[in-house]
Amino acid sequence: MRGALWALFRREVAVARRLGGGGLTGVSFMLALVIVVPFAVGPDLNLLRRIGPAMLWIAALLATLLGLDRLFQADLEDGSLDALRLGGVPLELVVVVKCAAHWCTTGLPLLLVTPVFGLLFALDGAALAGVAASLAVGTPALTLVGAIGAALTAGFRRGGLLLAVLTVPLAIPVLIFGVAAAGAASPGAIVPFLMPFLVLCGLSLLALAGAPFAAAAALRLMGE
Amino acid sequence: MQDGGLHVRGLAVARNGQPILTDLGFTLAPGRALAVTGPNGIGKSSLLRALAGLLPPAAGEVALRLGRDDDRALGERLHYLGHGNGAKAVLTAGTNLRFLRRWGGGGGLSPAEALEAVGLGACIDIPLGFLSAGQRRRVAGLLVADRPLWLLDEPATALDRDAEAMLTDLLTRHLSSGGLAVLALHAPLALPMAQLRLSPA
Repeated sequence: MRGALWALFRREVAVARRLGGGGLTGVSFMLALVIVVPFAVGPDLNLLRRIGPAMLWIAALLATLLGLDRLFQADLEDGSLDALRLGGVPLELVVVVKCAAHWCTTGLPLLLVTPVFGLLFALDGAALAGVAASLAVGTPALTLVGAIGAALTAGFRRGGLLLAVLTVPLAIPVLIFGVAAAGAASPGAIVPFLMPFLVLCGLSLLALAGAPFAAAAALRLMGE
Repeated sequence: MQDGGLHVRGLAVARNGQPILTDLGFTLAPGRALAVTGPNGIGKSSLLRALAGLLPPAAGEVALRLGRDDDRALGERLHYLGHGNGAKAVLTAGTNLRFLRRWGGGGGLSPAEALEAVGLGACIDIPLGFLSAGQRRRVAGLLVADRPLWLLDEPATALDRDAEAMLTDLLTRHLSSGGLAVLALHAPLALPMAQLRLSPA
């Protein structure tokens, strides 16, 4: 079974790369947002430094949602979902593997460019490290929570908006603690880094424990 | 204990709470094929999905007894070919089949051999999206993973005459090695098959 799951992971990554989407789309989107913000709020470095972590988190959230609507929809349309359900592997594990592949092609590139993009907000080394660490443990939760929405909207042609409406409320706790942890290293922070960071880790683990079951249940309904 | 084969008893299928099929029963012995016919919308595809376990039946049971490998779940002993082909358009024919082989448990032909068998040996490195509908239809996982029960939903869609003969040939070989097949069909195939005609209640 491990071999089959690894084969699925490799196929998912190959599909994401072939589509030219995945990482590059998310990174381009984040770049656009990050470049626009300093122009919009003006060259006040202290202000930029204060809102920087939050802006990077919002960009990461939206960039994650961007490609997520096709996570299961493509498989439903071309019949792959039926094949995946008949492989002898629990559908919940299929969801986990697909989320892992999606995170590696979307979340990981975001993570890698964050320190560079953070410079546009005049973040110093400690703040950059805080943002990167919080994104590293927080973005898996965004992907997993988004997978529930992706499974529920897989049958809809234009499900992207509905996906965002369904997912964003569930992602709010992740965003709150993510920004709190990311901002803890910035000047004027009120909470220490570790507390929100640990809550963020907990949220990711909670999403890993729950989301695959919810998404798999939605996908089974979709097959009917 | 009943004989080997596919046993369907009292099967009822509902979609959105609407009963589509009720009290359907048949037995298919190894080496035999069943053609499911009937007008559009009568429930041929639903029946095939219910047999595959993709659509939970409202009542009844489906059992496949073959003596060998009986410990595997029903879903792992069948191929289901629906209206989609179950392959990715952006990946090459070879990559698709390598994955389907791995995922389906293997035991069949290698991807190169399988493509050769359906007359697409030269297409192994071509992304499926660049192939025609009839060619894509031929790149299915049927041959790369050895599974005894084939559930084919209008398998001849988009196939030309030669490819249809190829399909008949593959089915004959599958049946003669003790396999079973249930096909939803509109046009008959040149193959001896039991008939199940679904008609409005």
